[in-house]
Amino acid sequence: MKSVIAENLVKTYRKGEVKALDGLSLDVEEGTVLGVLGPNGAGKTTTVRILATLLKPDSGHATVAGIDVIKHPDKVREQIGLSGQYAAVDETLTGWDNLVMFGRLYHLGRQSSIDRANELIERFDLTEAARRPIKTYSGGMRRRLDLAASLIVKPKILFLDEPTTGLDPRGRQDMWGVIQELVKGGVTLLLTTQYLEEADQLADEIAVIDRGTVIARGTSDSLKKQVGGERLEITVEPADLDKANEIVAKISGHATHVDLRTVSAPVLHGSKDLMEALRAMDEAKIHPLDIGLKRPSLDDVFLSLTGHVAEETVVEPIGKKKRGAKK
Amino acid sequence: MKNAIHDAMVITKRQLLQLARVPELLVFSTIQPVMFVLLFRFVFGGSIDSGQPGGYVQLLMPGIFVQTVAFTLASTAVGLAEDMKKGLIDRFRSLPISRGAVIIGRTFGDALLNILVLVVMALAGYAVGWRPTSGIVQITLAFLFLFMFGYALSWIGILVGLSVKEARTVQSVGFLVTFPLTFLSNAFAPTTGMPRALQYFAEWNPVSTMVAACRQLFGLKNEFGATANSWPSQHPLETSLLYMVILMAIFIPLSIRKYKNYSN
Repeated sequence: MKSVIAENLVKTYRKGEVKALDGLSLDVEEGTVLGVLGPNGAGKTTTVRILATLLKPDSGHATVAGIDVIKHPDKVREQIGLSGQYAAVDETLTGWDNLVMFGRLYHLGRQSSIDRANELIERFDLTEAARRPIKTYSGGMRRRLDLAASLIVKPKILFLDEPTTGLDPRGRQDMWGVIQELVKGGVTLLLTTQYLEEADQLADEIAVIDRGTVIARGTSDSLKKQVGGERLEITVEPADLDKANEIVAKISGHATHVDLRTVSAPVLHGSKDLMEALRAMDEAKIHPLDIGLKRPSLDDVFLSLTGHVAEETVVEPIGKKKRGAKK
Repeated sequence: MKNAIHDAMVITKRQLLQLARVPELLVFSTIQPVMFVLLFRFVFGGSIDSGQPGGYVQLLMPGIFVQTVAFTLASTAVGLAEDMKKGLIDRFRSLPISRGAVIIGRTFGDALLNILVLVVMALAGYAVGWRPTSGIVQITLAFLFLFMFGYALSWIGILVGLSVKEARTVQSVGFLVTFPLTFLSNAFAPTTGMPRALQYFAEWNPVSTMVAACRQLFGLKNEFGATANSWPSQHPLETSLLYMVILMAIFIPLSIRKYKNYSN
């Protein structure tokens, strides 16, 4: 059964000038995690806001837990939890105050609200900070508290909009752990992210979106297959870039991708191609700064699907899968 | 309906909790009006001949009471704009709570804060010589008027907050609306000395009718500018009541509708 279905969602801002969503369709199978992956401005937040009943689409249709989000937003709200890009909590109040308040707003009794707040604070490792105003929390603690607030009534369907954007690597790892725990508990999760690594880690299935529409979807592996096997990647001084490009193109036989100092292209024979590249570089008297084989990352998937990189300012994903010789 | 009240009360309680967690908030909300009492009483009070037994402070206090509750407009608007900016309103809107509960709760919270502020100001006024001469019933009625006026303006604040969204801009808009209203009135000086056109404005200004109504209810004879022959200055109680009813009849439904349709 599909827990979330979006069909042909269109949403424009500023009287049609900015098209945030351009016929976006997706669905999430019950009990699974869908990672919605895309750069800033691709329409991730708009999608989540529509599904969470905060925004009405210009056209299109969406159901959450089988309920129409446009016709019966109140009923949808009883089924979902939402945690956004920023910690949407009252910063002057303590973490505990906030959770009790949200419990009361979910119409739990006074005692049940208190019990649930205590339970969540313990589970999210916030015991020490529980009685401090949220203003004093670190970014990671805020996100955990915000997530806790969205779990008060144990929603079956959870929307997390960029849950780790702006967190340091440690905070991100913690958050991933928390989310993985939740998923084990059987929640249906729609997660947006601009971190390719994050979608890889957390999602069963990934929908890549760009300019308001889904441009590819599938499991992480199936998406990676679309760009083929390994890639040869050589980093050189800018002066040697053209020469390196020639070498890589010759070995690969495919189109190369050229950055400021890096050339890369798919190769078929792995280490054999790598050695050939080394020999050719040696003959041409080019000293590579870095040379190696790279298994396709979702970055490559994104690149090959959209023709542009996911996000210029993207922080280096943690634990990037890369092997090969480093000089 | 029962749920709506329950939800609104939770939101109201949140605001009271903020005061408990950050007591400075309360200090800052009361310090400005108390400062106004002292400034006007001791800086201007000595040189303004009001012809009023008991001195200028008798006329001044109702003016400052009304000015202070008028600023509820700005504080409600700013509070709401900040909640929106932080995403808190989005979170509330994603909850299965009654429509309107969030903004109704905020107006209740601001109204409760007004009670506290009015009490502090009344004490400060008493300390510098303010002595209402009417009976307890009329004094209570005056404070009820002040409370209701603040509550009505709070709803304009909701609409301003929802429309402008950016807290700093909201603050400026709030002051732009409330400053002329409070000074183009009989609150601090008689309207009779103003140019003709301003005088008309000042006498129909709800702040003036409120001030005049309070002065009457506090037992003053010379109402300091409410002596011109316009209808509102002769019937300040009725006019004020009418204004409050009209404001609430317009702005409560407008604000609730705006809140329901609000989206970024």
